Amino acid sequence: MSAVIDTHTEDHHHGPAKGIMRWILTTNHKDIGTMYLVFSFTMFLLGGTMAMVIRAELFQPGLQLVVPAFFNQMTTMHGLIMVFGAVMPAFVGLANWMIPMMVGAPDMALPRMNNWSFWLLPAAFTMLLSTLFMKGGAPNFGWTFYAPLSTTYGPPSTTYFIFAIHMMGISSIMGAINVIATILNLRAPGMTLMKMPLFVWTWLITAFLLIAVMPVLAGVVTMMLMDINFGTSFFNAAGGGDPVMFQHVFWFFGHPEVYIMILPAFGAVSHIIPAFARKRLFGYASMVYAVGAIAMLSFVVWAHHMFTVGIPVAGELFFMYATMLIAVPTGVKVFNWVATMFRGSMTFEAPMLFAVAFVILFTIGGFSGLMLAIAPADFQYQDTYFVVAHFHYVLVPGAIFGIFASAYFWLPKWTGHMYDETLAKTHFWLSFIGMNLAFFPMHFLGLAGMPRRIPDYALQFADFNMISSIGAFMFGATQLLFLFIVIKCVRGGEKAPAKPWEGAEGLEWTLPSPPPYHSFTTPPEVK
Amino acid sequence: MHVHVKRAMSLSGAGLMPTQALADWTINMPPGVTGTSNEIFNLHMTIFWICVVIGIVVFGVMFWSIFAHRKSRGHKPAHFHEHTFVEILWTIVPLIILVVMAIPATATLIDMYDTAKSDINIKVTGYQWKWRYDYVDEKFGYFSNLSTPQEQIDNLAPKGEHYLREVDQPLVVPVGKKIRLLLTANDVIHSWWVPEFGLKKDAIPGFVNEAWTRVDKPGIYRGQCTELCGQGHAFMPVVVKAVPEADYNTWVAEQKAAAEKERELTSKDWTMDELMARGKKKYETTCAACHQVDGGGMPPTFPALNGSKVATGPVDGHLHRVVYGVQGTAMQAFGKQLSEVDIAAIVTYERNAWGNKTGDMVTPKQVLDYKKQSSK
Repeated sequence: MSAVIDTHTEDHHHGPAKGIMRWILTTNHKDIGTMYLVFSFTMFLLGGTMAMVIRAELFQPGLQLVVPAFFNQMTTMHGLIMVFGAVMPAFVGLANWMIPMMVGAPDMALPRMNNWSFWLLPAAFTMLLSTLFMKGGAPNFGWTFYAPLSTTYGPPSTTYFIFAIHMMGISSIMGAINVIATILNLRAPGMTLMKMPLFVWTWLITAFLLIAVMPVLAGVVTMMLMDINFGTSFFNAAGGGDPVMFQHVFWFFGHPEVYIMILPAFGAVSHIIPAFARKRLFGYASMVYAVGAIAMLSFVVWAHHMFTVGIPVAGELFFMYATMLIAVPTGVKVFNWVATMFRGSMTFEAPMLFAVAFVILFTIGGFSGLMLAIAPADFQYQDTYFVVAHFHYVLVPGAIFGIFASAYFWLPKWTGHMYDETLAKTHFWLSFIGMNLAFFPMHFLGLAGMPRRIPDYALQFADFNMISSIGAFMFGATQLLFLFIVIKCVRGGEKAPAKPWEGAEGLEWTLPSPPPYHSFTTPPEVK
Repeated sequence: MHVHVKRAMSLSGAGLMPTQALADWTINMPPGVTGTSNEIFNLHMTIFWICVVIGIVVFGVMFWSIFAHRKSRGHKPAHFHEHTFVEILWTIVPLIILVVMAIPATATLIDMYDTAKSDINIKVTGYQWKWRYDYVDEKFGYFSNLSTPQEQIDNLAPKGEHYLREVDQPLVVPVGKKIRLLLTANDVIHSWWVPEFGLKKDAIPGFVNEAWTRVDKPGIYRGQCTELCGQGHAFMPVVVKAVPEADYNTWVAEQKAAAEKERELTSKDWTMDELMARGKKKYETTCAACHQVDGGGMPPTFPALNGSKVATGPVDGHLHRVVYGVQGTAMQAFGKQLSEVDIAAIVTYERNAWGNKTGDMVTPKQVLDYKKQSSK
């Protein structure tokens, strides 16, 4: 995905530097966006490889390939890499590419900080991945790193993990500041807040969530650092500390984090569905308010991850009710998408296929989420494969299908070429089948009583695990096809017009494909 | 080296294991055998069907649009957008459905939290990676270890029916009595779960959590730890045997007598053969998960005992490791988990099994003396 092709830089007084220094020193929003996206896809393949190790071990009961200690490192690293390395940077990459073009700006508001916030990520992940080769191995306590398993009982590499998390957090906060500054200061004349494209709206809200919760994550890992290296007892019961406090602090970060990973996808899908239905989004204002409501509620539901830790019954009831309330604005969004499709004039190119699958499968994840919100029932679901099925349904066909839909939607704009539609549809169908085959049986496994994060299981779980593994291998292998499609599209293909999609709307489509190096040098007028 | 051979064998043998015959296609939660589990099951099914109905309506409209409103069929786009009444309706209706769901959920939850008026109190302690059950009122207790042989896990033997869900000593409870569990943990957080009781509660170091159950039907019920607690997380099952009250009382009497006898064992004169026999048994349930049945360990994390400096060096050094553990490693302090007799038997066994032919015999009395002297 070469962001900007050198040929069209002749039109401008200066263009990108040559060679590797272009990428190291760049302050251009498109170059940085491209680097974010390439980095994210690399991490996606790496985290996916770890998922393949997990599914290969779980293919049959018994220990075949790895020892339990290494299995735990795989589940932990898979989670951390997918959350912090694949999904979050992909959305920052999309934000970098699209927000300036959508609001009619020449670039992001803080270009040098933009460069730094990207380059922190390779450093952070190099440090995180290096723990795999350390004595005692990589972090092995799950991506939620509950104390005291991660403190008193953690491997020596935990301190490196903490430092890596700090760097990722700084990177995210700087990215969020940049997004907010760009949106609030660089909008084209006439573009009031309630005229902003929904992708911009969802990112604005996401950025505020990031600024609110990343410091909380930094706080909790710092407390861990103190417990491990400086003799404090924040989470050590033997020293008067409180292991449950860890979970409260972690999930105060963790739940808004879930929405950080989905809200930008909501925004992107709200562009794609109207474009391919050739019909206006049904309720723009209610979509904006729904996202706002979800973001607000995300701060008061954290303890629904902790229904079994023994919080008082009044607490359980509060968090149960608050969590159930999230279904209301989420429902509003789903109804809006369906109402937009209703009586449209639809075609089903790859972005639309991914967007429709997003709506259907995310809703299924929403249903299981509602079931999990019911505290008494959660006592049965908690920490089983039902939870694994639930969050993979909201993250894979949710966040990741949202990213694929966005990538196909905007690839012609980014590269100036149309991608190969047949291959892209193949990519969709193989992903769709593989993903459902991998994750749907996990609902059954969880309900039948299989806990998560185990390398070996009782025999009654054998059949569905085998199916799940086959689906996972299929989904994993299919993603190499995406790499091929993107490379093919970057290298050539049918020339893309400024607006390759009949029903698409927004300022980004008024620019040529690919767009000039400094997107809008004179701000467009928005009526 | 040894591990590699084992793994290669297990890989080649994996395809031959007759596991498929035992597997089944259960797709739903068990209704269970307690009032709570039945209530949860009903809640679960109610919510499930509500979701199904909503799904049919929403996806029905969507699929109809996908089928009928496509450009290829010549459908022209309509121009409607925003409709206040519809938007209010699809906010209010879900809200009402949620309230309907919340009412029975609240009632069940309040009932689950009512631990008052219990008949029996049992303290459940999570350890890496086993459970300990203490009958608080009767003053006896024991560990419950996984009893699946390591060969089955390594695919060197056919897997049994209750693979990974069997223990040496299950928790025994009477049917029809309200049993209050007091849950805590010794090291990291564990979670005690029996699906058929609808009971899952975290066992957290430094906290005592409460939960209760009343089992209606005699039988053996199986579950396992559900909070990641380290590398043995998959290998700490929960097995509960529910028996009629009369049987329970007999069992309690036996356990109390056995506990008394166990205390007397410390002063008994032990022979080498007796200690070796007991040591072998205890070693295989307590130590072999890490140090392996053949004493070969899994270096570097779990050192070999066969030929090790500790197991063939001075007795006091060996005792120190077993009683106090090794800080910062997986080696736990067994001094409080095992009786003097068991420690003596295990140490004797480790010093004389495999290639370790030290000829040392360590008696329970020696262990007791060592503990007294070293704790000063």
